[in-house]
Amino acid sequence: MTTQERQIPGMFTGLFAMTRRDLLLAWKRPGDVLNPLFFFAMVCTLFPLAVGPSAEQLEFSGPGVLWVAALLSTLLSLNSLFLSDFEDGSLDQLLVSPQPLPVLVLGKTLAHWLTSGVPLVIVSPLLAITYRMPPSVIGVMMLTLLLGTISLSLLGSIGAALTVGLHRGTALLSLLILPLAMPIMILGANAVSLAASNDVYTTGIWALGAYAIASLSLAPYATAAALRISNE
Amino acid sequence: MWTWFHKLASPPHFYRTAAILSPWLAMPGLALIAWGAWQGLFVVPMDYQQGDAFRIIYVHVPSAYLSLMAYMIMATSGAIGLIWRMKLAHAVAASAAPIGAAFTFLALATGSIWGRPMWGTWWEWGDPRMMSELILLFLYFGYMALRSAIDDTAKADKASAVLALVGIVNVVIVHFSVEWWSSLHQGQTVFKKGTMDAEMKTALLIMILGFTLLFGAMLLRRIRTEVLYRERRTRWVREMILSPEGGS
Amino acid sequence: MTHKLSADNLTLIRGERCLFQGLSFALESGGLLLLEGRNGCGKTSLMRAIAGMLSLETGQVFWDETPVEKQRQEFHGALVWLAHRTGLKGDLTLVENLGFERSLRAQSSVDTESVYERLGISRLKKLILRSLSAGQQRRVALARMLLADVPLWFMDEPFTNLDREGRALVIELVEEHLAKGGMCVMAAHQDVELKAPVRRVKIQ
Repeated sequence: MTTQERQIPGMFTGLFAMTRRDLLLAWKRPGDVLNPLFFFAMVCTLFPLAVGPSAEQLEFSGPGVLWVAALLSTLLSLNSLFLSDFEDGSLDQLLVSPQPLPVLVLGKTLAHWLTSGVPLVIVSPLLAITYRMPPSVIGVMMLTLLLGTISLSLLGSIGAALTVGLHRGTALLSLLILPLAMPIMILGANAVSLAASNDVYTTGIWALGAYAIASLSLAPYATAAALRISNE
Repeated sequence: MWTWFHKLASPPHFYRTAAILSPWLAMPGLALIAWGAWQGLFVVPMDYQQGDAFRIIYVHVPSAYLSLMAYMIMATSGAIGLIWRMKLAHAVAASAAPIGAAFTFLALATGSIWGRPMWGTWWEWGDPRMMSELILLFLYFGYMALRSAIDDTAKADKASAVLALVGIVNVVIVHFSVEWWSSLHQGQTVFKKGTMDAEMKTALLIMILGFTLLFGAMLLRRIRTEVLYRERRTRWVREMILSPEGGS
Repeated sequence: MTHKLSADNLTLIRGERCLFQGLSFALESGGLLLLEGRNGCGKTSLMRAIAGMLSLETGQVFWDETPVEKQRQEFHGALVWLAHRTGLKGDLTLVENLGFERSLRAQSSVDTESVYERLGISRLKKLILRSLSAGQQRRVALARMLLADVPLWFMDEPFTNLDREGRALVIELVEEHLAKGGMCVMAAHQDVELKAPVRRVKIQ
């Protein structure tokens, strides 16, 4: 044992170590990243099959469908955010870690966003094209998805933390998160619709940005509190 | 002041106080509702635009107001329970949820009945207030589902308090985003604000007051049951039940 | 530097059951606190409560005479947690697992290779944890504990999944740790024989 005071590494070291570990885990299990993406593509495919392939209708409903699909696919991946940590005891280790829990939680959520939100943004143009979305609108859509999925991951982490370790957690998680996520979807999908009809869409973008910043600063605390409660 | 507060927060004391208080809220509440209803249904003249259909506001507006108020009570007492670890506060939050959900449902149902003659449809997706109210109902469902999914009461109390607090931030955002959204889609509000004559207003205020008192009485009754259930292993409950009066 | 872990009037209620009431203790550098009792009597809960993972009904835990909730980070920086569930990731290799744990903690002067050598896990460094036996995973968890290089060890049933040799090793490690001025809180359902002074807490 050393006698002098030893410094605990700073917040950013903890944050990035956590993100790095979760990215490494995702890398070793690519299915966890790919399945929600396939789900996203699948939901986008279902819609034309259900309502008919008329070009006009697809153009009109494209932004909404893509956003609903993105929301549902994010929800799908959120379920496992804390589950394996809870099951193998890693959560206990994080709770007694010298790093502040909100920082570690933020690190995990960042990894979740990088493995769920960002891939969604990347594949979304492919699906948007099938909905006959013009390139300029696709850009707006990618921007709204990029901003919106940050908030979705953060908000979703609260729900995931509240339901971790519960039986029937998946259904409950959707019930908790969907009402909270509705504003994000409203803002995102409508900004894209406005862009598609050559209207002013910036209000939606700014609001999504503000939402992302607000959830970045508040959600990790709520998630940390919820994790402490769930793991009692 | 603080001793009074601590005394009230002790379950047996609260249990007895609530029993005394509850009828004193319920009876004036019912009286006010009866009078307000009579005023609203028979005395206030017919609206020149809406005919008699508008009279449903005497139920609709108080319910909508109480649906939000119950949520506020639920979230605030949840926060008090989390911060000061006061057990009674959690019992209050647990009791407020189903009443709030019921009033939310009532507000939605009356709004929909009112919408039928007004908009020609039972449900108008474009109305921001209907949408906010619907999302509020979902929030209540989520809250109650989370509570019932966790077996340990102490844990359920804390987890649902966190959820209610997150939800309260969201209620505001939901409201504004839905308002923005509906302004894109139709641009006019269905219910016009402003002109309401004095007679109509008094009747409505009386109804709101009556509903609130009744809500208070219902809440107290529920909290009593909740406290009794939560304290079922304690000595005071056993003594009260075994006492000759049987604990009424 | 000597440390002190103490608790005053701890009461814990889980669901309907009161696990312990009015429990107090003090533990100083070089001492071991042994929590004894049947399975499911609340040993683990008591340990979790001391480490700050469970909220207590009454009472406070002190680290160096300061309540732990006032210095959670310092307290957590001074402890390491070893439990039945190892908290290691099955999909990551030994080195990746311990590397992550290390990056959250203060720099230590402990030599990694010699720790691996001592625990007999140096051959396993490149293997993913899932492919190791339960006993080997246990040894990896012990390695994490040694590498953390902190004064306070929490050990919940440290002898499970270990063979006779492994058990002897755990006792040896604990004795060494205590001799160096460390301290240990241990929950075990069997008796532990140590050369160091043992303070026992029996939970009914």
